This record gives sequence, C-alpha cells and structure tokens, in this order.
Amino acid sequence: MVHTFGLADRLFALDTESGSFFEIDAVVKALLDGDDMSPFSSCEISEARAEIDALKSDGILYSKPLEAKLPPYTPIIKAMCLNVSHNCNFACEYCFADGGTYNDERRNMSFDTAKAAIDMLIECSGKRRNLEVDFFGGEPMLDFDVVKQTVYYARSKEKEFGKNFRFTITTNAYKLTDDDIAFFNEQMHNVVISIDGRKCVHDGVRKTLGGQDTHETVLKNALRFKQLRKGQYYVRGTFTRKNLDFCSDVLYLNDMGFDQISIEPVVLDEKHPLAIRDEDIPAIKAEYEKLALEYIERRKTEKWFNFFHFMVDSDHAPCAAKRLKGCGAGGEYVAVSPDGSVYPCHQFDGIEKVKLGTVFDRKLREEVRQSFYNCSVPTKSDCESCWAKYYCSGGCMANSYKFMGTIDIPYKPACELMKKRVECSLVVKAIEDAENCN
Amino acid sequence: MTHIKVVKRNVIDNGCDTACGECQTSCQSACKTSCTVGNQSCERKDVKVLNPQKKQK
Repeated sequence: MVHTFGLADRLFALDTESGSFFEIDAVVKALLDGDDMSPFSSCEISEARAEIDALKSDGILYSKPLEAKLPPYTPIIKAMCLNVSHNCNFACEYCFADGGTYNDERRNMSFDTAKAAIDMLIECSGKRRNLEVDFFGGEPMLDFDVVKQTVYYARSKEKEFGKNFRFTITTNAYKLTDDDIAFFNEQMHNVVISIDGRKCVHDGVRKTLGGQDTHETVLKNALRFKQLRKGQYYVRGTFTRKNLDFCSDVLYLNDMGFDQISIEPVVLDEKHPLAIRDEDIPAIKAEYEKLALEYIERRKTEKWFNFFHFMVDSDHAPCAAKRLKGCGAGGEYVAVSPDGSVYPCHQFDGIEKVKLGTVFDRKLREEVRQSFYNCSVPTKSDCESCWAKYYCSGGCMANSYKFMGTIDIPYKPACELMKKRVECSLVVKAIEDAENCN
Repeated sequence: MTHIKVVKRNVIDNGCDTACGECQTSCQSACKTSCTVGNQSCERKDVKVLNPQKKQK
C-alpha cells in the first residue's frame, strides 16, 4: 500500500508496509494514484515509471506485508494508572471523568489501596524491569501525601524485585509549590501540567469548582515549575470546537517559554457544545498543517520546541509488535480507582461491564483482558486497510468503546486527525533531516 | 533519480531482537485521550537491528 499526499507545497509518498518515505514530483504522484497522465510528456512518464519500478525491485515501494505477529497473550502488567483522586478542585467543562469524579462520590485513594496496587503490579510484571506508574485523577495533588508514600513504598521494593519504577504525575498545577516541584525532580520521570493555552481559551473551560478563572495562577505555577524542573515534562492542553485555531495556543505556550508541548482534541459526545464535529475536521487539518510549518521555523531558533504529536522516531523506531498494537489497555496496562477496582485504562474507570477485579483479590477477569489484548491492527478491518496503521497502531480503545460501542471499530474522526498528524510528523522529520544534512 | 527522492528506507522494523515489552505504554506520556506509537522510541535501541536480514548475514 502506498499513500501519497501534499504538504508545504511539496509532494510525498509513504510505503505503508516498509515505512519507506519519499519526496516525489507530480508525475510520480499521478502514476501512483492512477490519475490522468495527459498533463505529462511521454518522456517524463517513462522516466518516472522506471524509478518506481526500481524502488519496487528494491522492496521499498509496494513492499510485502509485514510478517510480524502479535506475541501471544500473557497476563503481564507493566504499567498502571493510579487514579488516586476521584476529586478535583477544577470543574472543566469538557472533563471526560465527570468533573474528576468518574461518576463516583468524591474520594481519594488510601495508602493501603495504593500499596496493594503496587504489590499487584510487581507480582504481575513477570520479568519486565521497567514499570510505569502514573498518578492521575481528578487532581492527584489532592491526595499528595498518598502519592509520596506510594512512591517511597515502590522505591523500597525496586532492589528486592529487580524493578525500575518510572513515575508520572498529571496535575492542573493550581496549588503547586516549590516543595512539590522538588519532590517531582527527585522522583517523577515525567510531569504533565494541564494548561490549554491562551487565557481566553483556558479560562473559557478550566474554572475552579467555585467558577473562578484559573489561567493566571496555573501559568504562574507552570512557569515556576519549568524554571525548576530537572527532567522530562509536558504542558498539555485540550482544544475544543471553541478554539479550532489551536495553533495559536501551541505557539502561545511556546512564547511563554515552554518547550515540551502537547495539545489534543477534546473527547466528548457529539451532542456536547464543545465536541469536535465532522464539519470541523477540515479546519483542524488545516490548523495542523499551519502548525507544522511554523514548527519547522521555530525549531531553527531559540524558540525550539517539541510538539508531542509531531514527534516521530524513525531512527530508533518501535518494533513491529508494538506497531501492531499501540494501546496497552487491559493487557500490560491497567487503571486503579480509589476503592481498588481495576479497569482496562483510566478512561474505563467506573464502567462495571469491563471492571477487571480489585487490587485486593488480584483475580482479574482474564477473558476480558485477553479480548482487550487481542484487539489490534490485524483484528480490525478498518485498520488493516489504513496507510497509517503502523503509526497509530489501532488507536485508543476507550474512544472506540465510547463512540462506537465496541473496542473493535476505530472512532473515525480520531482516525482522520491522527492521519493528518502522521503526515505532518513525517514531513517535519524529512525537512529537518534534509536541512541538517546540508 | 530525478522524480523520486528516498527520504527514509525500511522504518517499520520486523527485527528479531524486539517485542521485549520494555518500552513506554503509549498513552502514559502526554496524551491520556489518544494513542500514538510512531513517536515512541525502542527501549533497546542500542541492540536493535533495523533489518533482520542484515543481522543474519
């Protein structure tokens, strides 16, 4: 399968199965797409056809299907989202977790529950050395004492069990102090700060429970965090149909001094006034393209930054098995709610139908876990025929479940945006590599 | 070649040394509401072989 597209006034082709990537001219694009060749001379056509044939012979154009298979299911768990707080001091309009509560009463996880979760993770991790634990919510800083106790407890077990814990925390930064940041620097592999960009955008949707604006405080704290942070971080925002010009929010965050940025489309029922609608997709695609061009320019200057969704590692790329199945939900990845219930991922928290068990009895529903594990590119016909399948690797199962009623059918609007981001990523990488060679 | 410039070859790895499962879970970094694998790195990049045929030789 070969996918052709244009971006930045240039034409490109991706060979899906090998991942080989080409810059092409209009003659080649017309030949690959089976278009009308009348605008081109016979000499041009025969030259271009010969080049295509040479690359086919070389095995990098219309290459053979990937032979890799998904490894057989094992009950190993290596990553865990600890939803330590079903509570939040914000009332974001678009929250997928119903104001951080996940339709539960407002409550925090106890240390005993968190400890049992860490014990379960160690027990279920087999020979995996690197274990990921993400403190999430709600607002995990509302249960920060338990976060700290849990980190120290897990660290105390690393040597005994030969494990390396990588902790992440996602916070709205509203109450962030220098002491908190010092703890992050000491213990957190990654920190994600939620901020949506421009003041008008952020304050339009991210207010306190009492309805107050939060941008000024969050930005001040996030900048202080950036100043003190030693290690990986992201400022992460959400865009909605209220700010389809989200490129301005990414650039705003960069202008404020952040260099690790992620802005994502909101995930909401289409009836919600903030939800992305099908009719918004062309505008969003155009915005990604606009961002890609500005991104390339800024990365040559002191305003260099990473945009999470434009990053592509083609030199140390993920293995084929990983590309067949990106989402680990229910398999190697689970989420734990404050009462110790285990779900396939944080977005399934509170959905009884897919509840896997608890951290106390550790008897997880293996049939549910296996159905999640087996849901992969080869089992989804929509993915199997998609040119971007080895980049998104089947997409987010929670989105599929939420919008399609099953994990087996991808959520099409997300696919469309993913494909655009993949195109942008590949082109950014190609242009930057070419410039670095010159 | 005058009509085609090869930018990258064989990025999709079907190497033998892989599927170790040590890499980051896809939405544990900065997403939480989507899933992207293309931007991830192999945990064993030092030992990974991009083309298994080359290794066999």
